[in-house]
Amino acid sequence: MATPQAPASNRVVDLNDIFRPSKSLGQEAWSRLIRNKASVLGMFIIAFFIFLAVFASVIAPKDPLELNAGKRYLPPPFYKGTTNIKSEPEFLLGTDSLGRDVLSRVIYGARVSMVVGFLPTLIILLVGTTVGMISGYLGGWADNLLMRLTDVVYAFPDLLFFIIVMVALRDSFIGQFMNGLVLLFAALAIVNWVGVARLIRGQVLSIKQKEFIEAARCIGVKNSRIMLRHILPNSLGPLIVWAAFSIPGLIITEAILGYLGVGLRPSTNSADFFITSWGALMLDGQTAINSQPFLLLAPAVCVALVVLAFTFLGDGLRDALDPRMRGTQ
Amino acid sequence: MVNYLVRRLLWLVPVLITVSAVTFIIMRSAPGGPWDTDPERRQVDAATEKSLNAYYGLDKPMWRQFYAYIIGDTNSQTKEWVCGMICGNLGPSYRQRGRTVQDILFAPPEGKNFWQSRFGYSMRLGVLALSMAVFIGIPLGILAALKQNTLIDYTALFIATSGISFPSFVLAIFLIIIFGSWLHWVDIVVDDWTQIKYWFMPMIVLGFGTMAYTARLTRSAMLEVMRQDYVRTARAKGLAERVVIFIHMLKNALIPVITILGPALAGLVTGSFIIETMFSFPGMGRAYVQAIGQRDYSMIMGTTVIYALLVAVANLSVDIIYVFIDPRIRLEE
Repeated sequence: MATPQAPASNRVVDLNDIFRPSKSLGQEAWSRLIRNKASVLGMFIIAFFIFLAVFASVIAPKDPLELNAGKRYLPPPFYKGTTNIKSEPEFLLGTDSLGRDVLSRVIYGARVSMVVGFLPTLIILLVGTTVGMISGYLGGWADNLLMRLTDVVYAFPDLLFFIIVMVALRDSFIGQFMNGLVLLFAALAIVNWVGVARLIRGQVLSIKQKEFIEAARCIGVKNSRIMLRHILPNSLGPLIVWAAFSIPGLIITEAILGYLGVGLRPSTNSADFFITSWGALMLDGQTAINSQPFLLLAPAVCVALVVLAFTFLGDGLRDALDPRMRGTQ
Repeated sequence: MVNYLVRRLLWLVPVLITVSAVTFIIMRSAPGGPWDTDPERRQVDAATEKSLNAYYGLDKPMWRQFYAYIIGDTNSQTKEWVCGMICGNLGPSYRQRGRTVQDILFAPPEGKNFWQSRFGYSMRLGVLALSMAVFIGIPLGILAALKQNTLIDYTALFIATSGISFPSFVLAIFLIIIFGSWLHWVDIVVDDWTQIKYWFMPMIVLGFGTMAYTARLTRSAMLEVMRQDYVRTARAKGLAERVVIFIHMLKNALIPVITILGPALAGLVTGSFIIETMFSFPGMGRAYVQAIGQRDYSMIMGTTVIYALLVAVANLSVDIIYVFIDPRIRLEE
């Protein structure tokens, strides 16, 4: 027979458990986030690729631009290809169409993907938040204009828009700048800021009705201060989650554009910071799928890893920042 | 209802015109005309270029060209009225001389039916992928919800999560290398698309993400419905479990699923061009990618407009279906 449980009220409770030091909202969220194993794994993977991107010149075993005539499409040492080309141990992942080391190129490719993920997201957040806040707070014609604009942008298939911009403006001044990277950023930002603006607008509309805003207005707080100090911090949660899901989307977009041959132009100048991208590597790799599949496989695995990592992190962030959302969607 | 429909259909017009205008402006701002294969090198001599420009109306001011593209204009040489986009005329292709864009996209090869055209191929692939998403995704979601927190549920959730985050073209690369190059189960380069066995790979790759999303959505919708009072009532009055699941629960759980099907189909059709290119599938998407490579401006523009129209119509049709299946929704609001 099991002994009957003591009623909860009689149980001895350590007071330290009840009166623990108070935590800020950010600390709460952080402690929830690091308890999520998948998110932590995601953060480690992202940190690893950022590390690769920043220190590519130190980590890469060979010069990514060094041509090795007669050593085209060498398979990696561990892979028995269908052809009789002998691999060489110094090229860990084999070589590409011009005899360049694939591993080094993949490591350098991380630079483009990381920058394409983060930088346009920052621009998008900045522009989208500003416009969304203003239109949500002011309402009226500003709001109407934003909504009509969103309708049009949503009707435009975004991938097609990127392709058109990249194809048409490749040879213009802005398209030449930094191997076309600046143009790519601009195209990505133009399409995506609308989503953020709409998200923030919704947030502002609901927060605007809350009592604490009314209270702030009563004591004579200026509009700009209400927006920045009261509304913005309260809409940060959805914004951060949005960013976590936007980054992998942008990375995939870059890879697709690169694969279609309209993304970043692979550089031949060793002074350039951005040498090649994973998408451009895949484009190169599809021609030698039988003899040297790793030219295609290695960047594809990298894209998949980064995207999965950001998805894990995004899921974790959503649960951590808004516990009510847990398990939905 | 009719009022709403008309309003929504009319709203398509400014949206499509804006899409065409944006595309038009971007395409025209590209350096180099349509007659040179690359911007530095001229393909035709000055006189030929002049007459070509006159024939295609490219010597007219920009606004006039755009007007001609949308509404139509009189050809300056043949003095014939040529109707524009409103008559379904998307203009001549700049690269495939003598063929119009709509001819390339919609006309089947001689002696074949409509489904053998480029558009027909893409539609068939999109519908196949969507049916895969529906007929595997929904049962998977239902099963996962009914067996919540069991191994089946976890497996389904794992498939769903990986399918949603995994980009389809990366999946295509893996499948092509594993099944095509290493195991030799499928042919990588396919010429004869009349054989049904070749359709499986592009269908799976294209539909996998949507399938995963459908499964996850169905699961969460089912879990929500399962806890409703009317489900308990249905069980309490002694209905068979089969009836409770399929009549009472599913009817409500599928509403959110149906709303995503329209955007999903639009996404499948517009997203298919990368998959079509990888599998050298003779659809509209591959024609589009080829047009990009050849800088066939009119072809790029026409295809973009058609894609935009497809997206808009897909979204509209879902809004309409929504009203019929969910009486709580009122369109007029």
